[in-house]
Amino acid sequence: MSMVREDFREILRLVRPGARVLDIGCGEGALLQLLTDEKSVDGRGLEISPGGVAACLTRGLAVVQGDADRDLADFPTQAFDYAILSQTLQAVREPRRVLEELLRIADRAIVSFPNFGHWRVRWALMAGGRMPMTGSLPTPWYETQNIHLCTVGDFVDLCDALHVEIEAAAALAEGRPARSIDPRLFIENWRAETAIFLLNRQTPKDGSSPRPDRPERNDLFD
Amino acid sequence: MKGITPPLNVEESGGGVMRFSPDEALRLESGGQLNGFEVGYRTYGQLNSDASNAILVCHALTGDQYVASPHPTTGKPGWWIELIGPGKPLDTGRYFIICTNVIGGCMGSTGPSSTDPATGAPYGLTFPVITIGDMVRAQALLVEKLGITTLFAVVGGSMGGMQVLQWTVDYPNRVFSAVCIASAPRHSAQNIALNEVGRQAIMADPDWRGGDYAGLGTRPEKGLAVARMAAHITYLSEAALQRKFGREFQKDGVSWGFDADFQVESYLRHQGASFVDRFDANSYLYITRAMDYFDLAVAHGGVLAEAFRRARQVRFCVLSFTSDWLYPTTESRDIVRALNAAGARVSFVEIESDKGHDAFLLHEPVMEAALSGFVASAAKARGLKS
Repeated sequence: MSMVREDFREILRLVRPGARVLDIGCGEGALLQLLTDEKSVDGRGLEISPGGVAACLTRGLAVVQGDADRDLADFPTQAFDYAILSQTLQAVREPRRVLEELLRIADRAIVSFPNFGHWRVRWALMAGGRMPMTGSLPTPWYETQNIHLCTVGDFVDLCDALHVEIEAAAALAEGRPARSIDPRLFIENWRAETAIFLLNRQTPKDGSSPRPDRPERNDLFD
Repeated sequence: MKGITPPLNVEESGGGVMRFSPDEALRLESGGQLNGFEVGYRTYGQLNSDASNAILVCHALTGDQYVASPHPTTGKPGWWIELIGPGKPLDTGRYFIICTNVIGGCMGSTGPSSTDPATGAPYGLTFPVITIGDMVRAQALLVEKLGITTLFAVVGGSMGGMQVLQWTVDYPNRVFSAVCIASAPRHSAQNIALNEVGRQAIMADPDWRGGDYAGLGTRPEKGLAVARMAAHITYLSEAALQRKFGREFQKDGVSWGFDADFQVESYLRHQGASFVDRFDANSYLYITRAMDYFDLAVAHGGVLAEAFRRARQVRFCVLSFTSDWLYPTTESRDIVRALNAAGARVSFVEIESDKGHDAFLLHEPVMEAALSGFVASAAKARGLKS
């Protein structure tokens, strides 16, 4: 376990053993493999590169080639316990819709992203007047895939707007174990280099559905 | 187990023609049945002691059972020699590979050129219309005769992929894993239209004689060649044609006439002319018809996911190619979506290639890597020794 990335370690901690998991942007399947080996999950992946999918197949993982913006619609409603979107939200065209899709497909979503409110980022922009390049944002502005960067505060606002409940949050910094945080605290928006959230659909207190247009559970959508 | 011949070369481990007695009739979807039918097949590698390592390879429209050994008429190497052999993705040192000629074909399985036992003459157009389901039912009977209850894998491209899907729908408990390459869950309007051009070319040939050419001593070679020429274009891509031929002339340049001035014309004429040596025109009609009738969802209220409902424990691998416009990626995605909806375990890769539909028959490293990985991990899950 010593070689496990800290964000993977945190995700491992959050996922219930034996759960059904969809890993979106699963790359060569390292996290899915880990979840399968350590948590006996029933895992599926979505990955954009053919080479990544081929690598996953070699590991014996079930992975479909596709991208988060276009292909999440292909997955049935509530087919998974967890949908994981690791370091990808800031690179999709429609983060708001993707987030809604995650919580349509799965009961819970685990989302991680680089925090644009981190003090190093703020300092680089304020003092240098240049787009920040930091440990969690290593690519120059003209080459980055990140088109929808946000801060922890922005993300909390979006969750509120979508009636998404934040069950847990943690901050990650390079090489250090995850630190549980209250993402609504002003200071955490300065301190967290990368943030990881465990989300679920909010159950309204009066028992009415927050989104009446949500279809009944139905895994046939074809 | 009649008709088994000894190995013909290093690769083949058996095969021949399996004859089913008249009391083992093949029920047909059209309502009729074939009494006393035959299935031509070849095998490679050895069946293990508990018969758990068998892979059935399904061929495409004009393919045959010579998947990894020289064709008896043309002498050309097996059509999937890229994938099958020692150390290849379908490793003959590890798996027992079976390939059958489809019912309706002309390479040893009962088809329109076979003799109708009722009349003693070739069936011709009195041969019943067959379906992909019928082809699969015949394969299932053969596999059973070979002493195999559950196939470790069913693998095929194009029409072979349709048979793979049909297997998982009709015999979900007899298939452990399934690989469907460059195929579709139903024949599209474009597919049907293109097949109809081929059929009309054959029927327009005066030598076709209403399908009775075999008895009348003629062969509709011109019609069949034109059908093949038209079809062959659909197996390629604009980019592949341009790269291979461009506007290059044959040796003498412009003839101011209708000779094959261009290399691409000469190539197509050769494709058409050589095809008629190895294929029967009526088989072409029947097999293309079977493809046109193929629609997996139709027996399940039009809901493809319902068709796969009983196949959710099968491990699926679906592959498509970017430049395949005959069976485009959207159709493979329809399969994947339905499998996901049914809760099946599916992997899918769209492979970057400019070689068109035929890419599945060619050396495509990503396809080979994906297939190797999928089959090897399925073998592990099946508990097969490496």
